[in-house]
Formats: sequence, C-alpha cells, structure tokens
Amino acid sequence: MIGIVDYRAGNLTSVARALEFLRQPCLVTNDPHILDDASHIIFPGVGAAGAAMENLRGSGLDGHLRKWVKEGKPVLGICLGTQVIFDDSEEDETTCLGIVPGLVRRFPADLKADGRRLKIPHMGWNRVVFRKDHPVFAGLPEDAEFYFVHAFYPAPADEDWAAGWTDYGIRFCSAVAKGNLVAVQFHPEKSGRPGLAVLDNFCRWGGTYAQ
Amino acid sequence: MLSKRIIPCLDVRAGKLTKGVKFQGNIDIGDPVEAARAYYEQGADEIVFYDITASAEGRSIMIDVVRRVAETIFIPFSVGGGIRTVEDMRRVILAGAEKVSVNTEAVLNPAVIAEGARAFGSQCIVLGMDVKKCLNNAEIPSGYEMVIHGGRTQTGRDALAWAIEAERLGAGEICLNSIDADGTQDGYEIELTRLISSHVHIPVIASGGAGKPEHLLDVLTRGQADAALIASMVHYRTYTISEIKRFLQDRGVKTRLHW
Repeated sequence: MIGIVDYRAGNLTSVARALEFLRQPCLVTNDPHILDDASHIIFPGVGAAGAAMENLRGSGLDGHLRKWVKEGKPVLGICLGTQVIFDDSEEDETTCLGIVPGLVRRFPADLKADGRRLKIPHMGWNRVVFRKDHPVFAGLPEDAEFYFVHAFYPAPADEDWAAGWTDYGIRFCSAVAKGNLVAVQFHPEKSGRPGLAVLDNFCRWGGTYAQ
Repeated sequence: MLSKRIIPCLDVRAGKLTKGVKFQGNIDIGDPVEAARAYYEQGADEIVFYDITASAEGRSIMIDVVRRVAETIFIPFSVGGGIRTVEDMRRVILAGAEKVSVNTEAVLNPAVIAEGARAFGSQCIVLGMDVKKCLNNAEIPSGYEMVIHGGRTQTGRDALAWAIEAERLGAGEICLNSIDADGTQDGYEIELTRLISSHVHIPVIASGGAGKPEHLLDVLTRGQADAALIASMVHYRTYTISEIKRFLQDRGVKTRLHW
C-alpha cells in the first residue's frame, strides 16, 4: 500500500486518483501508524511553506517523515512536499525539515526571456532534463513536459542530488534524488502520461539508488 | 521555457454538453466526460468547463461530472459558472478540479477572490472577465468595459483597472473573453489581450474569436497571451488540437508536443 501523507496542505485527492488509475492501492491519511505500514510514502502538498511546517510540527508528522526517510522507505515529495524537505525556505522565512541540505529560493522578480518579463508563478508545462540513470525517471520521452505551479524552487546544497533541471529564465533544480528519497517540483498527477509514468515507476521502485 | 497552453472550453448544462463535440467518424459526444477524454488524448494542455445550469439540482449533477472527469484525465482543469462562495469553490475542488473560475460573482463581490485565494491558494482562482469595447471616458480610460451576466449587463467598470485589482486580491490567472470577438471565429481581440497581459503579472488566457490556427499564433505572439481558449474550431472537427500545436510549433511558438 502507498501512503499519501495528509497534513492539510491542499487537496490530495488528485494524487490518489492518479494512483487508482494506475491500480496502485493507496490511502490518504494523517495517521502515522497506518503510514508506518505503507511500503511507499508520497508527500504532496500545495500552499505556503510556513503553514505547512506548522501543520507538520503540530501533528508530529515532521518526526515521522524524517524517520521514514532514515529507515529506507521509498519517499516521493511533490511540489510543496518537495520544498519542505530542505533546511530552509525563503517563503515566510521558514525553517523546514532539514532532510536534504539546501534552500528553497524565490524566483527573482525580474526574470526575462526574449526581452519580456516572465510571469511568476511559473505556471504551465515545461521540460525537465532528467538524470537518465534513476529508476523513477526511466523510460520517459526526451521531450516530455510536466505541469508546474510554483513561485519558489529547490536549491540543493550538493548538485549531485539534482536529478532534473528546468529552464525558466534561470536553470533550476526541478527533481531531487538522494538515496531512497525522490522529490519533484512539478505535479506528476497532473502531467498526463509522462507524469503517470513517474508515479508508476515510483510505486515499483525498491528505494535504492547509487548516487 | 514554458509552453503556450491550448485549452478547449466545454459548456455544460445539466450534465450534458450544450454543443456536441464531433470526434472520430463524426460521432457526436454529448457527454462532457467523454469529450474531456477525447481532448486529453488529442493533447489539450488543460480543459475549461462552464456550467451554465441555473438550478441547484443541476449543480449536483455538475459535481458528479467533475468527479468523473478527475478520474479520467490527468491534466489540470477548471470549472466556472455560478460559483459565488468559498463553499461553492470547495465542492468543485474537492471533486477534483484544479481551479475554479469566478466572473460575474467576483464583480458583484470582489472579496470572494481574496477568500478563495486564502482558502485554496491563488493558483486555484481564475478570474473570468467578459469585456466589451467602448468609447473611453473618465470612468473607463482603457476603452474596455467589464460586462457581466454573460454580456447582458454593463457595469461601467474599466476592464484594465479590474484586472489589476483582481490580481491584487489574489487571482492567480485571468481568462479574458472579448464579447465583441466571441462567436465570430474572426480572431481574438489582440489589442485587449496585449493591454491586459502586459499590465498584470499573472498568466492570461485569451478567449473569444478563435476560428483558425493563425488566430492562435497572433494572440500568443502579438497579443502576449500565455494560453488560448478554443471551442467551435475543435468541437466541429475543423481542426484537431495536435494540428494546431504543430502549426504553432512550426512558426516558433513553443507548445507541448508529447503527451
């Protein structure tokens, strides 16, 4: 069973629907004991980092997340879930989970392309250039695009943990991989077939990856 | 870089499409879920639903449609029409829509934008604008007036001022419909689209007037739109979404070609 962590950060049913479509048994819950028994953990979320961290600390799920990552359970972060695994976020100057060393930065306000100011948030479909050797990102078409909605982006302390890169006025890290943890800034559950392929790969992944 | 989005718009009344969608072999698809699936397969980047039902009973039918769409397609979709309160938004979002759009309701009660953005995040809140060209005057310096109730009621409000105000209140995106161009299939209102898009920092979806791929090219380049809404030109199978995308891509407009 795939456990989807519910910490009151947005609507998590779309991730569950995508897994149901893939015929992967899953459960959306905030109960750490049920999640303890899950083979895989998905940690989604939309909203603001400050409120998300308050909910995680208030419910004690922060400690459980660190524990699941430490135990070697395959964990997938999505969007805000990806951002709060780092040390700190520039959004609300938030201290985050510190599972992966690094920061979450705000897109500069004056990003430009072809002489025109780019809009923030980065909303819509964009390409991700993945590390090809990671099982979760295997078999994706070269020009596959993914659906993004965000104003902040991950900046891991060690570029070796970046498993995917995207261009939006700057080149930013849009996928992270560190041991049994993968985390993506885009929404695989809203990214058509390539997104479903990422979710399916994750559900079949044992959690090992030699960096 | 971001791809320009191509977004088919489906009007739903009491759970059925008001214009049939012709698909392979000219089969008429009256079911919004099947039409959504067809466009998802063709490469739509997003889908917009307008619920034009008036009754409460019709609304429950729409929630069921939203739930079935969410189980069928895995791209974002928005739902608009008759959404007045945060509670209305919550029902639609919990049923699986990525975004809700507010139009007349937001003009009459702008606070609903801020309340929705606070509850669900700005990325969920689309401001639908119906706009009509007029003579510019002290109240309407841009020469574009907001109209509501599907274009039947003039408001005396300046469209540009309203767009800027709605962004400040927390709208995450604007779906900009020109009442003058709507239904003509003669092309989008380029001046209006460029005016609004260049004065706000949120994405603008151009709407009204699409009849051929050249119109999309024009509004996505000169019009500075981030996305283009289409209806009849794909509903009646004059073009497929993939043909339109190929046309744009060949002329230097980046679109999503793999799905």
